[in-house]
Amino acid sequence: MSSRGDMPAWADYVLLPLINLLLAFVLSGLVVLAIGEDPVRAMRILVEGAIGYPEAIAFTLYYATNFIFTGLAVALAFHAGLFNIGGEGQAYVAGLGVALICLYLDFLPWPIIFVGAIALGMAFGAAWAAVPGWLQAKRGSHVVITTIMFNFIAAALMTYLLSNVMLEPGRGAPETRRFIASATLPSMQTMLGWIGIEAPRSPLNFAFFMAIAAAFLVYVYIWRTRWGYALRVVGQNEQAARYAGIDPAKTIIVAMAISGALAGLMGVNEIMGAHQRLLVAFTGGFGFVGIAVALMGRNHPLGVCLAALLFGALYQGGAELAFEMRAISREMVVVIQGLIILFCGALENMFRPWIATLFARHKAA
Amino acid sequence: MKTPVLAAAFALAIAGSAAAQTPPAVMFDIGGKFDRSFNQAAYDGAERFKKETGVTYNEFEITNTAEREQAIRNLARRGASVVIAVGFNNHAAIETVAKEFPNVKFTIIDSVVDLPNVQSVTFREHEGSFLVGMAAALTSKTGKVGFVGGMDVPIIRKFYKGYEEGAKYAKSSVEVFMNMTGTTPTAFRDPTRGAELARGQFDRGVDVVFAAAGATGTGVYQAAKDAGKFAIGVDSNQNHLHPGTMLTSMVKRVDIAVYEAMTQARAGTWKPGARALGLKEEGVGMAIDDNNKALLSADVLKRIDEARQAIIDGKITVTDVMR
Repeated sequence: MSSRGDMPAWADYVLLPLINLLLAFVLSGLVVLAIGEDPVRAMRILVEGAIGYPEAIAFTLYYATNFIFTGLAVALAFHAGLFNIGGEGQAYVAGLGVALICLYLDFLPWPIIFVGAIALGMAFGAAWAAVPGWLQAKRGSHVVITTIMFNFIAAALMTYLLSNVMLEPGRGAPETRRFIASATLPSMQTMLGWIGIEAPRSPLNFAFFMAIAAAFLVYVYIWRTRWGYALRVVGQNEQAARYAGIDPAKTIIVAMAISGALAGLMGVNEIMGAHQRLLVAFTGGFGFVGIAVALMGRNHPLGVCLAALLFGALYQGGAELAFEMRAISREMVVVIQGLIILFCGALENMFRPWIATLFARHKAA
Repeated sequence: MKTPVLAAAFALAIAGSAAAQTPPAVMFDIGGKFDRSFNQAAYDGAERFKKETGVTYNEFEITNTAEREQAIRNLARRGASVVIAVGFNNHAAIETVAKEFPNVKFTIIDSVVDLPNVQSVTFREHEGSFLVGMAAALTSKTGKVGFVGGMDVPIIRKFYKGYEEGAKYAKSSVEVFMNMTGTTPTAFRDPTRGAELARGQFDRGVDVVFAAAGATGTGVYQAAKDAGKFAIGVDSNQNHLHPGTMLTSMVKRVDIAVYEAMTQARAGTWKPGARALGLKEEGVGMAIDDNNKALLSADVLKRIDEARQAIIDGKITVTDVMR
């Protein structure tokens, strides 16, 4: 990215996002003021609700887990020049893969369920993304269109299965029975209990560590392996890639499959960790937020993790805000979240030229 | 600051009788409390309680599924005379939190949770839908009636099946058209798509359409008004939305369920267990008021009333697809 040449990396990765974030908060404060509430108090509730006490931190990290997975999925595909906006559907179908093992093969020993369910979840997510990848590589159908269409196909398929086939009889909600304990991921509460630390109940579970590991592995894959190099070359210039002996079609399909598997891990977090049963619409828009997370994190795994933390905090703090201040409805919280996405994602280039000029002047002087 | 609040909440919860002084709490589902339909009915019930007793209630509107358990736990922890969860999607969350707070009372609407501190209120929607199905068939001039459902889930099919049976019962030759809005929860708040589906059905000759689709229904009613066709509302009495083209509404008295849970909890008469409200209990029914009186003839009303009595007496059995 040559446009970044004029400013140091710290300004690009730290200063610029901070300025954008600050501006988003100032604007949000004005909105809160406009509806007649105290913006300082709102901000305090938001921050305290997100990181003020152990349970809040656990929820923030739980949401962040989802965002790390979906953010990485978008970021990885982006390096191959692909815009995967089908994380929602890929995670949804991955939930099915997880549930198939956790529901119907739960007589197996625990380690086999553990590995099998995660693997099948990732495989389902990968397959759901590989088809649009194949269509892009071989038929030229744009992944933006096909992945979003696949979201709808996933929703239709899952609602059908849950309403007709997998539903627990006599229950109002279209969802399966709860998995048995040995077919779930251990919760953070349980894991901390093993080492004698008492933790509050929350949906935070083992998948959090998987998310950190995934971020590290994605970094290694993209910047430290031949495949990652091929991926980046295809993303930058397909012609050059072909000239260098790289098969763009294969690279695109593989990139989409890995991206889908990463999105699928969000399904693992939700289904095997948090809900411990398969239910309708569990993805709840986390797949789409992953796009904003990747944009804000500059498609770098570390950036994605930090952005995911911010979004996790916004989700959790936002829920507390709606809870504590009656005048601030859930729509207001969405407005605040929207402003942050707008400034950090869509308008991220607004201040770039000014700051670049500043640095250039500084250098010249 | 957190600890004293917690301790107080616990003390209240443990001291059963003192719980009567604490306000009730209600959690609305994703559609939101102003969906003019299902959630709004619950809101109306809570507001009625507030007006009559002067006791304010705690509330929460969730935005995503992950918040359910957390929000219910928050409401329970703060100490509530009863925590009411509106909507079948809260089944698992209530199941979990009710076990954690055995001294707090919970009421769930539209699903049955079998625990000693949970009151489950469900409705026999198929019975009410049967009656409006009759009204549709007897009013239709083309002999074609329509149904627009929200999300394609069992409970919405329950509405449809009752509607279809009622229509066929009134007039065996009637043709029933059915569309579901979608397969995601958005299907309950998509008026644009609702209007589109209604127009599609009008093009095929439908002249009375029943929408069981939450906020999506508002689009269906608008489309009916624009095309000069009849529409049937759902959950709340929606006759007032477009007087003249709103034939009637299949009311589901979620408001009564919420209001009763709150007043019972206050009076100390709240009881756990499952209750199913149908025509007999007046938990469901057909809304007749000044806005639609002129649209239904005495003869039609008489036939519907006979069927209502026959269902109550068990002479007509309406199929419940969830059984």
